[in-house]
Amino acid sequence: MSDFDWLFFLEVSLAGLGSGALLALTGLAFVLIYKATRVVNLAIGEMLMIGAYAFFSFTAGLGLPWWAAIPAALACGGLLGAVVERAVIRPMLGENAISVFMVTIGLGSVLVGAVELLWGAAPTQLPDFMGNAPVFLGPAYVSRKIVIGFAVAATVIALFLLAFRVSRGGVALRATATDQGAAYSCGIDVPRVFSLAWVLAGIAAAGAGVLVGAIGGISPAMGVFGLSALVVVIVGGLDSIAGALLGGILVGLIEAWAGTYLGGEYKMLTTFGLLIAVLMVRPYGLFGTVEIERL
Amino acid sequence: MRIATAKESYAADEALFDTSTQRLWLALFVVACAVFPFVAGEYWLYMACLVAIHVISVTGLNIVTGFTGLVSLGQAAFMGIGAYTVAYAETRWGTPVFLNLVLAGFLTAAVGAFVGIPSLRVKGLYLAIATIAASFILHFVFANWDSVTSGVKGISVPPANILGVELGRPFSLYFLIVPIAFLAVFAAANLFRTRIGRAFIAIRDRDISAEVLGIPLLRFKLTSFALSSFYAGVAGGLWAYFFRVVTPESFPFVYSIFFLAAVIVGGMGSILGSILGAVFMTMVPEVLKIGVGVMSPFLTDAVALLSPVRTIVFGGLIIGFLIFEPHGLAEVWRRIRRFFHLWPFKT
Repeated sequence: MSDFDWLFFLEVSLAGLGSGALLALTGLAFVLIYKATRVVNLAIGEMLMIGAYAFFSFTAGLGLPWWAAIPAALACGGLLGAVVERAVIRPMLGENAISVFMVTIGLGSVLVGAVELLWGAAPTQLPDFMGNAPVFLGPAYVSRKIVIGFAVAATVIALFLLAFRVSRGGVALRATATDQGAAYSCGIDVPRVFSLAWVLAGIAAAGAGVLVGAIGGISPAMGVFGLSALVVVIVGGLDSIAGALLGGILVGLIEAWAGTYLGGEYKMLTTFGLLIAVLMVRPYGLFGTVEIERL
Repeated sequence: MRIATAKESYAADEALFDTSTQRLWLALFVVACAVFPFVAGEYWLYMACLVAIHVISVTGLNIVTGFTGLVSLGQAAFMGIGAYTVAYAETRWGTPVFLNLVLAGFLTAAVGAFVGIPSLRVKGLYLAIATIAASFILHFVFANWDSVTSGVKGISVPPANILGVELGRPFSLYFLIVPIAFLAVFAAANLFRTRIGRAFIAIRDRDISAEVLGIPLLRFKLTSFALSSFYAGVAGGLWAYFFRVVTPESFPFVYSIFFLAAVIVGGMGSILGSILGAVFMTMVPEVLKIGVGVMSPFLTDAVALLSPVRTIVFGGLIIGFLIFEPHGLAEVWRRIRRFFHLWPFKT
């Protein structure tokens, strides 16, 4: 393979890293919820979509500038997370995991229907707020949107990681994830931690939604992105933030390579092939906690 | 108040239908089903056939999800295998209808057992996610294995032909589909009176305990997947004869969620629940359609609202049933029955 185009390969890989960062951000939202509440949230893609559509309404509908619309969209995402936790997840506490999982599937369906009802089923573009001038990293061309997406996602993830280490809420969240009973007896308000986790996840998802929408446009079907995020967290381990980051990059790269060298229709195939391979070899992901069951 | 139903033998206790009232109602139901096509219009026959196909598929999914406790989100893709098998056999070989259906069942069962292999390592949610992956991979195969599935164009299926009688209209197909649905439901109901069915239930309740009791987990889990997929394959085969064109888009992922929703709404681990769930979930969109028809003089774009409202109602039903009625319609049915049993004494 002497005529292998390394420059092109590099460009594809950079694009893959960009979408990988977005996947990692979505995966982070997913892991947040799972760590705190043990809910596998299949509606994460739809929460992301709501964030993107909220941004669309604020910019195209209300004419807000992008720097005002983004916080507003994030607030909408957080509010959605809070409402969902309060109305749907709280009553299901203590039910078996599969029922809760199914509830989130129902939730996803409701959100898709709501978006179609409010904004129509046709795909649209988000107003451009990033500019189009190409960026060159050395000799390699990268789309400006992907660079910005990567930078923002990386920053946000770093902020989240920092918050987990130092902030009070972050520590409470980690404590709850480790041992609910012990967290309770230390005076941590566990139900509030649950709400906090959902709000933060909603915000992260909305942020990812704005970025994904800016790159690929928005449509009621963009929740499919959540399925890739699901693969990310399974590969990384459901309760591991580091796993979500690494898994995001891995899946982003693999999707980019498969999409370019094999053809677009192979993207899903390789992603899910990877998922099955990981489930067979390391069921709890790269960094996930192995659940030990005793009678 | 029902009295004098004391059971005097084990056979009576184990009987599928243990009271004469039940047998009477069942007989009435069978007669009603037999008379139905001669009195109902084309539309209702169409709906009846569709409901019967869904009943078969939902019953199959209930075997694996409701009775064995393995969540599968691949039922629609399995139906797709059945449909493609029938379409292929019918167009290339022209083999008889029943042979095609049985072939569809067995082929799908084989694929289902293969998809169930991850249950060797993972269970619960991880397994559900593995079946999601399997369903997307199958969808890819449908769309890209051109020599067999004709790619995205799909396959047109000629009408079913039994002993020279062409079953083209819902009226004639009714006599093919509904008896098979009856057979499938009775087989499933009987399954849970056998060792295999009991083993499934033991696995659902606590798989480790079941293994300690001497139930080989992997073998029974795969059997459960295979049985459930057999049902899906037959349902898919009937689907192919019913709609007469099979494309990759006929069996989207949402369709799998539809079946799981039907199992939940009907009642997990209940044969009656499978029937009620399938009927209910198939009829809800139709009721919404009628509602839109009523609203259309008042609302300008009522028809455009139909699809989003259907999606919302669909999700709302899943959430509502899981929160407020986790045992599904079967439990509602039981409550109503109990009310009549105990009527003058406890209301």
